[in-house]
Amino acid sequence: MLLISNGRVMDPASGTDSPRDILLDGDRIAAVAPTGQLAERAKGAELFDAANFIVAPGFIDLHCHLREPGGESSETIETGTRAAARGGFTAVCPMPNTRPVNDNVSVTRSIIERAAAVSSVRVWPIGAASMGSKGEALSEIAAMKQAGIVAVSDDGHPIASAKLLRQVMDYCRALDLPVIDHCEDSSLFAGAVMREGKQSVRLGLRGMPAATESLAVARDVQVGELTNCRLHIAHLSARASLELVRAAKAKGLPVTCEVTPHHFTLTDDDVQYDTRYKMNPPLASREDRDALIAGLADGTVDAIATDHAPHEPALKDVEFDRAPFGVTGFETAIALGLDLVHAGKLSLMRLVELFTSGPASVLGMTRSIAENQPGDVTIFSTDHNWTFLAQESASKSRNSPFDGRSFRGAPMATIVAGRIAYKR
Amino acid sequence: MSHRFAHMLGIEPLSAEEIIFLLDQSKPFQEIQRHPLKKLATLRGKTVALAFFEPSTRTRISFATAASRLGADQMNLQAESSSLKKGESLLDTVRTLDAMKPDCIVIRHSSSGAPDFVSRHLPLPVINAGDGTHEHPTQALLDALTIRDRRGTLEKLNITILGDILHSRVARSNIHLLAKFGCRFTLCGPAMWLPRELECLGPAGTSIRRVTRIAEALEGADVVLTLRVQQERLHEPALPIDEYILQYQLTPERLRLARPDALVLHPGPMVRGLEIDPAVADGPQSCVLEQVTNGLAVRMALLFLMTGSGADAPPEKDFSHAAD
Repeated sequence: MLLISNGRVMDPASGTDSPRDILLDGDRIAAVAPTGQLAERAKGAELFDAANFIVAPGFIDLHCHLREPGGESSETIETGTRAAARGGFTAVCPMPNTRPVNDNVSVTRSIIERAAAVSSVRVWPIGAASMGSKGEALSEIAAMKQAGIVAVSDDGHPIASAKLLRQVMDYCRALDLPVIDHCEDSSLFAGAVMREGKQSVRLGLRGMPAATESLAVARDVQVGELTNCRLHIAHLSARASLELVRAAKAKGLPVTCEVTPHHFTLTDDDVQYDTRYKMNPPLASREDRDALIAGLADGTVDAIATDHAPHEPALKDVEFDRAPFGVTGFETAIALGLDLVHAGKLSLMRLVELFTSGPASVLGMTRSIAENQPGDVTIFSTDHNWTFLAQESASKSRNSPFDGRSFRGAPMATIVAGRIAYKR
Repeated sequence: MSHRFAHMLGIEPLSAEEIIFLLDQSKPFQEIQRHPLKKLATLRGKTVALAFFEPSTRTRISFATAASRLGADQMNLQAESSSLKKGESLLDTVRTLDAMKPDCIVIRHSSSGAPDFVSRHLPLPVINAGDGTHEHPTQALLDALTIRDRRGTLEKLNITILGDILHSRVARSNIHLLAKFGCRFTLCGPAMWLPRELECLGPAGTSIRRVTRIAEALEGADVVLTLRVQQERLHEPALPIDEYILQYQLTPERLRLARPDALVLHPGPMVRGLEIDPAVADGPQSCVLEQVTNGLAVRMALLFLMTGSGADAPPEKDFSHAAD
């Protein structure tokens, strides 16, 4: 048993924001009660004093890359999930672009078995939509669902054919799985490495216009409407895309979206040939970034997802246009979110929602601080001062644009299935 | 007045004063090109590494000749003969060069920002000899020297640039440089090579207009900078070469729309009959060969300032207390 006492419980699902003690027993929440009232029941329990801390449902990351199998020199399930736990995440959803691609049940099982052996947090794999993520033929989606995938996506290799996308969505509608799309109409650019705009022209780097994303979002929303399948837009980065999602939601379509901390924090002005600022979709213009923050606040955005994309130094220490896309993100995500709260742009409850019940509902789950809910709890401080140093990261990789950045607010403990996975 | 340049990665961060200083420093080296004996001993014992990761003839020869005339030894690396094809990274390649202890490294690379990247990893001065579609600072300096010699000033000139501005490092460096002297720019070419973001180059308040009609672009021009049409770029926005010649070739008739004393510059290599009519290339307004000679002067001045000033030499041992 574990008693989390003296904390301020924030539970978006129930709207609770008050002092509560939580008793975990086994892998579940056994009781929730006003401070001090569980003392009798908790006799002999391990005690976690959460005074001055926020106690929230376990954070869920809908979008990450753990690189195993095939990319173990950049990350493994063990190192990646340790970093996730340090970031307050109790569950993470690794994308299928491993080697081999997670497009069949044996890869799905191997990931889940490996995670059971070494992972610090829950690992909910996302299966490939098409075989090899090649965009040609459906993968073994039903079998992978039985093995444990929570969604499908060809992340990084967007489905170019509207016909195939429709097939995937028809199929997933019947399986009740969300389809997550990395929206990118790559016919609009070739070899682009950042957002098209003043900065790309100044630096002489090839840019992709924001429309690269929003064109694909428009297509996806319309194909989604044909099928009534749940559609989730990955790492949305442009105002035009956000407006399409907003309109789809207003129409009652089952469309959701996520935004990454780097997209709501940085802009294309921050790109200065430093490959730690290179990811796809690329950092957006200031106007787009501000629109994303507004979308986080007004509910258009459903989740904050990290798109944690580790790359070993040898891959990133190259010319900007030769470097792979991607930045690490687990350990800085909540602190970057708290920056928005401190700046008055987002309420704390809304931020918690974006890390908990928001992503849970994208996956068709609920996450709450309530009796008999899974014993996944994230405890964080809103004013702990610290500095992120990439060299001290639990990740195998160092490719973070936030290396050396000072923060106010940090994860203090991550509890997965009733056990402390990380304690600061 | 003196300035120190840790690296020469681009024109953009330089001040007008620093540019004037560099041009003034180039004057004595212009003189040397007219002497019967052109070799100096100024950099004797120094080594300049020339690392060209992209095919280049004139810039490489210009830097090599500049180094030779200063008495410096050279290390030459050319992409086709390098180990890059064997999979070695840029970082490993330049670290290998650095281990042979040159005093500065001159880099030409097809990736924008590659010299910047190298400068963050090597402890020696880096000179950008052209990076991707970003900057070509020595080209802009030699162009400025040429313009100043002919016009007596760089201040408030009307500059017309013709061609593929979007993909031109020469255009970028020239805009950055001349904008610091209040020049006004007219950029002209097919619309897909003229994105509106080009208007944001140069310091705030710089006048940059984009036009697609050459007649409009040439009117009142003091300087016409004609860019090479990079045929390897033509496939990107597909444009038939004859269309370009028809609409944008600099002909004697079109040049008459500019000021009568307008200068014609071309960074080379020049394709006669494509972007420029031979009569213009060889005409009295053309500065093409002066540009080449001035390139030597500018590069000698830079190599001298960045490797030869003696400021980096270890301090003389202090013997004043030797009696103790």
